[in-house]
Amino acid sequence: MTTSTVRFLLNNDDVTIQNIDPNLTVLQYLREIQFKSGTKEGCASGDCGACTVVLAELDAEEKQLNYKSINSCITFVGSLHGKQLITVEDLKDGAKLHHAQQTIVDNHGSQCGFCTPGFVMSSFSLHKHNQTPNRAEVLEALAGNLCRCTGYRSIIEAAITSSEHTEQDSFAQHYQQTISKLIELQKLPKPVLSGNNHQYVAPKNIDELAYELTNEPDSKLVAGGTDLALSVTQNLAVIDKLVYVGNVEELTTMTETESDIIIGSALPYSKFIDTLHHYYPELGDMIERIGSKQVRNTGTLGGNIGNASPIGDMPPALIALGASMTLHLNGEERTILVEDYFVDYKKTVLKPSEFIKSIQIPKPTAGQTLKLYKISKRIDDDISAVLAAFFIEQKDDSDKTKITNVRFAFGGMAGIPKRASATEQVLQGKSLDKESVAQAKLALATDFQPMSDVRASDKYRMKVAQNLIEKCYLEMQNRTIETRVMNYA
Amino acid sequence: MRNLINVSSSSASKAQSNIGLGGVGRSKKHESADKQVAGEAIYVDDRPSLRGELHAAVGQSTQAHANIISMDLSAVKAAEGVVKVITVDDVPGHTDIGPVFPGDPVLAIGKVEYIGQPIFAVAATSYDLARKAVKLAKIEYQELEAVLTVKDALAKQNFVRPPATMKRGDSDSAIAKAPHQLSGEIIVGGQEHMYLEGQVSTAEPTEDGGMNIYSSSQHPSEVQKLVAEVLAIPLNKVLVDMRRMGGGFGGKETQAAPWACIAALLANETKRPVKFKLGRMDDMIMTGKRHPFENNYTVGFDEQGQIQGINIQVNGNCGYSPDLSDAIVDRAMFHSDNAYFLNEARVTGNRCKLNTVSHTAYRGFGGPQGMMTIEMVMDDIARHLGKDPLEIRKVNLYGEQGRDETHYHQTVEHNNLPEIINTLEQTSDYQARRTAINKFNQENSILKKGIALTPVKFGISFTAQHLNQAGALVHVYTDGTIHLSHGGTEMGQGLNTKVAQIVAEEFQVDVDTVASSSARTDKVPNSSPTAASSGTDLNGKAAEAAAKIIKQRLIDFACENYQVSQEQVRFENSNVVVGEQVFSFAEFAQIAYMARVSLSSTGFYKTPKIHFDRATGKGRPFFYYATGASVSEVIIDTLTGEYKTLRTDILQDVGHSINPAIDLGQIEGAFVQGMGWLTTEELVWNEQGRLLSNNPATYKIPAINDAPEDFRVALLPDAPNREHTIYNSKAVGEPPFMLGMSVWSALKDAIASVVDHKVSPALDTPATPERVLFAVEALKAEQE
Repeated sequence: MTTSTVRFLLNNDDVTIQNIDPNLTVLQYLREIQFKSGTKEGCASGDCGACTVVLAELDAEEKQLNYKSINSCITFVGSLHGKQLITVEDLKDGAKLHHAQQTIVDNHGSQCGFCTPGFVMSSFSLHKHNQTPNRAEVLEALAGNLCRCTGYRSIIEAAITSSEHTEQDSFAQHYQQTISKLIELQKLPKPVLSGNNHQYVAPKNIDELAYELTNEPDSKLVAGGTDLALSVTQNLAVIDKLVYVGNVEELTTMTETESDIIIGSALPYSKFIDTLHHYYPELGDMIERIGSKQVRNTGTLGGNIGNASPIGDMPPALIALGASMTLHLNGEERTILVEDYFVDYKKTVLKPSEFIKSIQIPKPTAGQTLKLYKISKRIDDDISAVLAAFFIEQKDDSDKTKITNVRFAFGGMAGIPKRASATEQVLQGKSLDKESVAQAKLALATDFQPMSDVRASDKYRMKVAQNLIEKCYLEMQNRTIETRVMNYA
Repeated sequence: MRNLINVSSSSASKAQSNIGLGGVGRSKKHESADKQVAGEAIYVDDRPSLRGELHAAVGQSTQAHANIISMDLSAVKAAEGVVKVITVDDVPGHTDIGPVFPGDPVLAIGKVEYIGQPIFAVAATSYDLARKAVKLAKIEYQELEAVLTVKDALAKQNFVRPPATMKRGDSDSAIAKAPHQLSGEIIVGGQEHMYLEGQVSTAEPTEDGGMNIYSSSQHPSEVQKLVAEVLAIPLNKVLVDMRRMGGGFGGKETQAAPWACIAALLANETKRPVKFKLGRMDDMIMTGKRHPFENNYTVGFDEQGQIQGINIQVNGNCGYSPDLSDAIVDRAMFHSDNAYFLNEARVTGNRCKLNTVSHTAYRGFGGPQGMMTIEMVMDDIARHLGKDPLEIRKVNLYGEQGRDETHYHQTVEHNNLPEIINTLEQTSDYQARRTAINKFNQENSILKKGIALTPVKFGISFTAQHLNQAGALVHVYTDGTIHLSHGGTEMGQGLNTKVAQIVAEEFQVDVDTVASSSARTDKVPNSSPTAASSGTDLNGKAAEAAAKIIKQRLIDFACENYQVSQEQVRFENSNVVVGEQVFSFAEFAQIAYMARVSLSSTGFYKTPKIHFDRATGKGRPFFYYATGASVSEVIIDTLTGEYKTLRTDILQDVGHSINPAIDLGQIEGAFVQGMGWLTTEELVWNEQGRLLSNNPATYKIPAINDAPEDFRVALLPDAPNREHTIYNSKAVGEPPFMLGMSVWSALKDAIASVVDHKVSPALDTPATPERVLFAVEALKAEQE
């Protein structure tokens, strides 16, 4: 009995949707079908956060709710299945504003008010995780919400003082009921949705996923949808069949072995950032600058690698780390290096019906250094002009300065994320010193011919990439000096 | 009314200390704050859809300059959901909707002058279907030569309006005679408004051939006029209603009208309501921005760095049509002095015509672009003489008689900038931090710090004299509540809150009893745009006037009815005290109503003293100046050009603040917006004239981590405006925008540190990390 339905909680109401075009976004659904206009469209591209809503999801043990802020403008409606959708209209308890709302009023944090619902929801989500966030945590949670009026100071104060309110809100009061309702929804068969002759299906395990893709190789895989949805909202594309991978068990887990961290391709960044931060602090810091909180709550490694963008931030980092990935094709699996995945601009080795199952990142060992640099116009939520990832091994016991293995990978410097092989050659077997660094900088000019675009000129890309090698050297020379404006306080 | 509402007979005292009950001077929350945080505030796109409502989209030019040879719209007409397709041939009335001068066709007339120009319009049953349909047009063009750079426009004398000059004395010989001469040039980038709510209008046909328009507009009266003109109907058949905007910043002064006109044209054709909402990318492509400028100067100065004479040329990139560019380039010229006495000066302004979207009003209205030149001059003089730029700025400030006349011959009165700068220098610890920064820079090779203090003096008044007027309408109802309409529009700046405070103050009633309504052209006619920071100055005075009229009627009635003198009638604590008797305000309103006293009035205000003769370039265009200053400290990475603003201190003169919280919000927001303009916000057009930075993924306004980590903003205390403005307050919308210049100057200070401040780095704006890095590299190369 597969009825064509998606079921979720709209605040506390059990909602069933069917005969709705699965190309519809959650934002369109809220505004045009539910006539809830509190959630705003600022850009319809996930860049401004005005459309932020919160999804409450069951954790793996089905004991707790995980509240996450998302951009409703780039989330397809099908992915709501089995979750609780909370919008700005739901926060008031009768006539009483929620503290995430009241503190914005009290701090004069709304002017034109158009971005405000989004900030309210990001702040609400933050406080569900962290009742007493500090300034840095507030900034991290709100960096995906743009405000053009206030200059942010009042909004930051509001989010910080919001932690002075300790009374239980209506969501806390209904916590167990919400869990029970979501558990019931989890028991339903896999959700499907069709409307306007377009299909949506959300397989629950890897076999179901493989089956869908084998039957219909042209299906579009969607996890967070933070890139794919733009083709619909911005380029007016229509997707005939969407296969949602966010429910596929094998793709949404993280496991650790002695030597590796294995991350499911459909696991959102927010679920593995802490682990990676633990092993590779610079990687954790860099991931905190990928997209926004909303994007990291839904975006995945599979998506960042899979779309083969030359400007994705994770591929160069993964290439430098020597990470591998496991691909799955109708029951058959193969494992390749991430660096071998990319063939040409937006071209990969992925075969029809094949998909990325997981990414394996080696754990660090003694004598290894990872340096990451994300260069963009803006600190928050910006696409890199250049992403540099330097992995250096110095494992020669007799000469600890000698480079025994090196992988320098760059994003934004070529049509694909790519290693700087000539530069690596220069450094291999040498010590990092002024001379070798100067040679490496020269060699880099032979590795890449970057292009000019809206983010940066070719000259800047090359110059900054060369300078980053020098910076890496200076940082390794003296590990105590402050060299990054982002960390300077 | 046969039977009046029950009201209490008097109110308990609520008065707070020496501040009146109405709350002028108090930090009242924004009148919409509770609704905004709850998602209950209704913007145009949130209005319930009307029966039969259609959605509009326009087909856009793909050429920067071309004749249209042929247009095949058959596929558009046949597309799913399409109800109507129109071209300019279907416009019954005026086809040109230029706000001041002609040049803006509502839909292209035989040729196109920028990429994105609307050529035809579609009404369809949904937003998506309308947007999909317009892509199906087949349009043949005959390409014409496009002008895409300011230099090319200057070479070809391609102007949208004639050049103008302002002159004081003989600058050429003053420069020649001065001990030192310098010259330089700077490219100042434009700016996308990036209001969070994009352009949107709904047009609803009325029973008499008219049109009701709901528009997110800073200028409802102009929308009314243009809609009437394109439809060839009288103004009294068009009603424009504007409750609130999700941000404006000047971007909805003239730029809201085209979409209202097109929606009205389609509504008129289909006899159905039509909504026209621009998607973000379309909005960024099709609406004008802050004018990019390319300015240059030649200055002569003495050993102290004091300017003896200067020639400044400002060249505004106006885009393809005049729009408001004449006044905008004028304002750039007016503000080419910023806070400094130029002595003998010649300021020339060119209005360059380029084949891009027509640039328009944006917070500061050309003033910021004008100020950038002279701030560059200050830094350049300082480096040349080896002095701290702050010293040069101070020595050049307007001063006493002999040093108090601008290059347009207005006397700078009540100049408090010396005091503001000295105070800020102390409170921000400028000198100690300067020393600490020098030490830091000596100890750090990669990261460098910089600091700068820059002032702002901004002229308040529309330079078009007739716009300096406003109307308001106040009703007192028989339950004592008050309804307030005025000609200004609420875009987040808190105008409605401030004007309500003013009305409440007049009657000494609680501000919560004053309800602000939409700005509606049928309530307050012939309104000026809410622009030029004038909203509260003009509309506050008009509303006060209306309230005073009603109040006087109540006083006259009390005198007559209770045989008391005028002095024996007092409004206090929501009561009306008449001799020994105390009535609640509501009660007294009822008594007056029963005695047939009119409880409704309009009010009107026009700004005194102002005049300007464009032909001679002389006059007093500004009623007064708003002033302020900021100190910013930045840190840069000399290997990557990345930077961060570590601390900003601001001292702003808002006169006697009507609402300190709202004023602080305006200052903080304006500063960050100004900083964004000068740092990360980069407009990029390609060689064909196509805007590449056409969405928020590629155009980066400040996000939360860009706001200064340490942000200290203060209002200048005890500084009532010496001109008779409303409650002696000062305008606050635009002036603090230019405080962002301190970040740019601080970046230059940090860059200059790599050569011990011996050279003044050239730093065009926006000062992206790329420009900062190349400025560092240029100095290093110069040193070698």
